[in-house]
Amino acid sequence: MEYKIQANKLKLYYGDALALKKISIQVVKNSVLALIGPSGCGKSTFIKTLNRMNDLVDGVRIEGEVLLDHINIYHPDTDVVMLRKRVGMVFQRPNPFPMSVYDNIAYGPRIHGLNNKKRLDEIVEKSLRGAALWEEVKDRLHTSAMGMSGGQQQRLCIARLLAVEPEVLLMDEPCSALDPISTMKIEELVTELKQNYTIVMVTHNMQQAARVSDYTAFFLNGELIEHDKTDAIFTRPQDKRTEDYITGRFG
Amino acid sequence: MSITRQSYDHELENLRSDISEMGNLVGLAIGEAVKALATQNIDLASKIMAGDDIIDAIEVDIEDKCMVLIARQQPLARDLRIIGTGLKITTDLERIGDHAFDIAKIAIKVAESGPLVKPLVDLPRMADMAQKMLKESLEAYINLDITLAEQVCQADDSVDDIYQQIFRELLTYMMEDPRTISQATQLIFVARYLERVADHATNIAEWVIYLVTGQRMRKK
Repeated sequence: MEYKIQANKLKLYYGDALALKKISIQVVKNSVLALIGPSGCGKSTFIKTLNRMNDLVDGVRIEGEVLLDHINIYHPDTDVVMLRKRVGMVFQRPNPFPMSVYDNIAYGPRIHGLNNKKRLDEIVEKSLRGAALWEEVKDRLHTSAMGMSGGQQQRLCIARLLAVEPEVLLMDEPCSALDPISTMKIEELVTELKQNYTIVMVTHNMQQAARVSDYTAFFLNGELIEHDKTDAIFTRPQDKRTEDYITGRFG
Repeated sequence: MSITRQSYDHELENLRSDISEMGNLVGLAIGEAVKALATQNIDLASKIMAGDDIIDAIEVDIEDKCMVLIARQQPLARDLRIIGTGLKITTDLERIGDHAFDIAKIAIKVAESGPLVKPLVDLPRMADMAQKMLKESLEAYINLDITLAEQVCQADDSVDDIYQQIFRELLTYMMEDPRTISQATQLIFVARYLERVADHATNIAEWVIYLVTGQRMRKK
């Protein structure tokens, strides 16, 4: 079993407040890890440490390390732009750029210096296929992405990520703004994507974690309470707090 | 609307094929156990007894899969009935496996105590009937065929009839010659086990009807 990501004794402070308490966790390559826990438990904070999105927040201080392919991403020599290309992120609300479907996808590769039209066409098609969106939009590639449904926009955002050929996909509640059918489509997509990518997903929806993930980690008050195979977490959790949370008896 | 939850559908299909495979195994074990009895083949009987561990392991595996599917997929409607009936059918199959074990054990005991008091005719015939019911109940399960399932339920009566017939016949033997009592008693047990196998096959057929229609069969 190969670890794509390893967090070792990771601590994160917002000013003086300790938001992540010595988190140590491994993410198996080509698997889906779901992070669950009540609001404010640190799961979103944690996922953002994996591509250094917290660098952009004032007053954040980090101790410990996060290894991506065994190299610490918090080392001062890290190229953060390259890191975020390798570790892409999808957010809660789909955030397509106000431009055409095609330009949304081509944006990343162009930024990284690609201008060959034929090559861009290929990337756009491949990325849209990868995000299970191609069939729905192939005839309207040059219309605005803003006219798409929420579920389509979210898959467009995933396609936009795939276009820069990342290795890890971070998803912060990717379905919370979507209807049930769009949600199912994203979930189905996630199970396909894990063949080629390693995925870490924050979700408020326990059923979603149960359905799509291979591993589940339960966070509470900035602590990692339990981390195990999803089958095990949802049929025989070891910690009473995990059991109480997943059975809705929390607090 | 496009297709979603394909991996879930796939797992449900796998579950059904696992169950059908387990069914084929226990059906085979019943046939072989009765053959071992009729031919006084101790090696064959020992093999069947050893095979029961494999059947038990498959049962545990299927049950675990059902539990995980319930936990992870929150099944509803027919999906829920597939998993619920899967658990019940697996129990019926495991019991059939136990009866194959019991018959094999008797086969050894009878073979070691001497030749058969008479060549076995009705017991193998009864075993064929019970096996056919099992095979058809599994076929009905795989094809969701309620017509076939209903036929299986009806066939149970003829197995009950032949059980009564075997019982009376062996009783006659015992009354005529008390030296046959020990063996004839064992053979009555075998008939009883086969009658139970047919009952389990009937249960499976009833679960198929519930799986397809959502309607419970009235118990006899």
